[in-house]
Amino acid sequence: MKMLNAGLRNGMALLLAAPLTIPAWPQAATTAAYAIKGGKVLTLAGPAIENGTVIIRDGKIAAVGANISIPSDAQIIDASGLEVYPGMFDPITQIGLNEVSAVGATVDVSELGDYNPELVAATAVNPASAHIPVTRVNGITAVIAAPGTTSLDLQSGGLIAGQASAFNLAGWTMDEMQINRSVAMVINWPTIQTSSFDFASFSVKEKPYADVKKEYDKSVNALSDWLDRARHYAQAKEKGSPALYQRDLKLESLVPVVEGKLPVLVIADQERDIRNAIDFCSKQNLRMILGSGAEAWKLKDLLKDKKIPVVLAPTNRLPEQEDTAYDKPYTEPSELFAAGIPFAFSSFGTAFSRRLPQYAGTAVAYGLPHDEALKAVMLNAAQIFGLGDQLGTLEPGKLANVIVTNGDPLELQTQVRYLFIKGQLTSTDNKHRDLYDQYRKRPQPAH
Amino acid sequence: MNRKILCTAAILVALAPLAARAQNPGTIFIQNATVLTVTHGNIEHGSILIRDGKIAAVGSGLKAPEGASVIDATGQFVMPGIIDCHSHIAVDGSVNEAGPAVSSMANIADVLNPDDIDIYRDLAGGVTAANILHGSANPIGGQTVVIKLRWGKPASELPFEGALPGIKFALGENPKHSNFPTPPGVTPRYPGTRLGVEEVIRQAFIEAREYKKQWDGYQQRKSAGEQNLIPPRRDVRLDPLVEVLEGKRYVHAHCYRADEILMLIRVADEFGFKVRTFQHVLEGYKIADEIAASGAGGSTFSDWWAYKMEAYDAIPYNAALMAERGVIVSVNSDDAQEARQLNQEAAKSMKFGGLSANDALKLITLNPAIQLGIDSRAGSIDVGKDADLAIYNHDPLSVYAVVQKTLIDGQVYFDRQRDIAQRVTLAAEKQSLLDKEKKAAEEAKTDEKKTEENSERKPEKKPGQKKKPPQDSDGKANGNTTIASGVAGGTR
Repeated sequence: MKMLNAGLRNGMALLLAAPLTIPAWPQAATTAAYAIKGGKVLTLAGPAIENGTVIIRDGKIAAVGANISIPSDAQIIDASGLEVYPGMFDPITQIGLNEVSAVGATVDVSELGDYNPELVAATAVNPASAHIPVTRVNGITAVIAAPGTTSLDLQSGGLIAGQASAFNLAGWTMDEMQINRSVAMVINWPTIQTSSFDFASFSVKEKPYADVKKEYDKSVNALSDWLDRARHYAQAKEKGSPALYQRDLKLESLVPVVEGKLPVLVIADQERDIRNAIDFCSKQNLRMILGSGAEAWKLKDLLKDKKIPVVLAPTNRLPEQEDTAYDKPYTEPSELFAAGIPFAFSSFGTAFSRRLPQYAGTAVAYGLPHDEALKAVMLNAAQIFGLGDQLGTLEPGKLANVIVTNGDPLELQTQVRYLFIKGQLTSTDNKHRDLYDQYRKRPQPAH
Repeated sequence: MNRKILCTAAILVALAPLAARAQNPGTIFIQNATVLTVTHGNIEHGSILIRDGKIAAVGSGLKAPEGASVIDATGQFVMPGIIDCHSHIAVDGSVNEAGPAVSSMANIADVLNPDDIDIYRDLAGGVTAANILHGSANPIGGQTVVIKLRWGKPASELPFEGALPGIKFALGENPKHSNFPTPPGVTPRYPGTRLGVEEVIRQAFIEAREYKKQWDGYQQRKSAGEQNLIPPRRDVRLDPLVEVLEGKRYVHAHCYRADEILMLIRVADEFGFKVRTFQHVLEGYKIADEIAASGAGGSTFSDWWAYKMEAYDAIPYNAALMAERGVIVSVNSDDAQEARQLNQEAAKSMKFGGLSANDALKLITLNPAIQLGIDSRAGSIDVGKDADLAIYNHDPLSVYAVVQKTLIDGQVYFDRQRDIAQRVTLAAEKQSLLDKEKKAAEEAKTDEKKTEENSERKPEKKPGQKKKPPQDSDGKANGNTTIASGVAGGTR
């Protein structure tokens, strides 16, 4: 309200009619309080509230309800005829680490070497990446950048690829954007594959099974060794004086993992790989989150039994095997839901992060209840990565990441009308709309 | 042994939908559907009469003729079968003939693989026809073919009858080999710049023009009655380019940046041919007027961007903006998965650029039909056209729409309920075959032990499942999909 006209503080009716000022830069001004008024509010923590109000103050949600008073200093957003939801959260991306995939100079996803637990995505997230505003236009307000997850990278992602970081999709610096610097340790589970695609020769290369199995065993033993050393390191650190051990960044980073404080995000797709990874993490007492899980549907009992949540590969993908049902990737989310396995949708990408609602919508088309699909793009991933107290629902005390849409946020044609990130009304301008506006105005060329 | 199991499984899959194919198309009546004709509006509670594979009648007051097999589509939506203007499915082996800069002698029609499971998967996504192209490794690539997704038919019955053949051209980063390093010890191939790409195309057409002159002269003298003439030496590389000059073969040019698109328009003008479609054409919106004036169509992606430098200015408004400026626009897949969600991709042009629902549908039906020169037979629900149809349970422009049936030439080639019903029996059949293999292997092992107790055992070879390389050969998948998970083979 104060942004519009401080003198009109008491003239609420006038204010509703006044044009709303959305800063051109992502978050150029700071407004202490907003009231989103008159919309259908889906909190994801209770029934939908028709004609509800959401009060935002100091970056957090202050109140949500049908009949709540609007603070006098709040800027009012008229959401009548619109719908209000928590912002979407894409839990496995390379946003900020990958600008143009094919141009190595712009990519910081996969470090050299196989064991890099000390690397943290947040270190190199570029807050000025064009992907950030492009992505938030579709209602995605926060993401996790996970190192080593670009599956088509020319470099391998490494076995222990580094730590994933959660952040909001607006802010001038990563410090302002960051939600949690370290939410999981990324492990690319080694796979026993006799044929693989070799980019250097652009052809499929075959290797004997025995050789591949030997490589696999070596990798798993190495993983095991790293964890053992981390345990010893933790002991030395606890019991010895600093003089008695040499500081080791890699082992230091693995300590929270072996202590069960930091989950491991294990990327695996095939049944055998997933089974092996679960077995390993179980024996090692690690908190495992399964990432990708193309064949997770084959291991529902095991996943449920071991309480392992799944961050699913994009719903819109081809089946793993030739004789897998054509719609298996589409029905997998509903199968996991029916089996009681916590799961979330994710893009696993950069440019495709904005497809997140599409992936959830496709799953609804093939049997997932709509409200569960909403949770699986807004709430579940936050819970899986230990951010459930900050993100995912419209409840007082949570971070005010809020989207106001003109309809079902999973539907392809729905527009996000207002976007709040960390309690600030955030611009939906982006590189794509700028180019559109620019070239739409191009005069007819003279022939 | 494992290879055998895999083969058996593959055969099983190949046989699976056989039962789904009607043997005699006869007369089919689809009733009580919302019919999205694309050319003359939507018909509520509409019906479509199909005779001998063609649409015989469309309307709201039709009655099922005696003896017609009736498809009740109450509450469902029927749209023209989706036409994918850029696909690499149904190709046996490598999509790219990467050696020479001009590979016009290679013909994709020679390597059609009717058993590619992606044909069935895309069919299940409502696709009925696809433009099958080579990759984009060469400024002038191989010859292309339009197919119908007649799953279960031999390769010879896949091509779309009467469709003009095409040829793939490619501009920009891929033909100049920017993104895939030349292996050590191999001499880099010319061209290495966009300047060289233009030169290669011009040089090839200079040769083609000379070659055509020789043949024209020969034919002239021959028809004038001259005896004992020796015909010019046949050149299979130049023949397709002569067809381009004569307007008998369409040019489908892979391109990204505005400058290279204008370059090809200039070259085409110089030699007097037309570019039929600019493919991908992600910067088409910057020069939509020039593309429209050249008469070329634009076949683009919905929202792919930033996978390489030349895709960094790609915008999801591209289709709508080009259409607004008079270009015939289609949205294509370039990818077997993207193909089975083209209805979703088309819908994005309503959000980004404000196309009407009907214009969005045109992006994947009538417009690609026009671009491929098959619009007299496909692309809309009109009397006389082929009965190539997709039936959805919801509005196909909704993310919630699921294909129920796909018809080609009036035959049901995909039926969701039948597919689901067959799964249990197929799984049982596969298991019994696997058990049989296992048993046979165990028996063989016992025999081996008995007879060759002391002989040296050979290490067991376990073949991995053969997986195709990423098929979007223009490298667009870089960093944005989980294809590598699909590259993984594995024995089970």
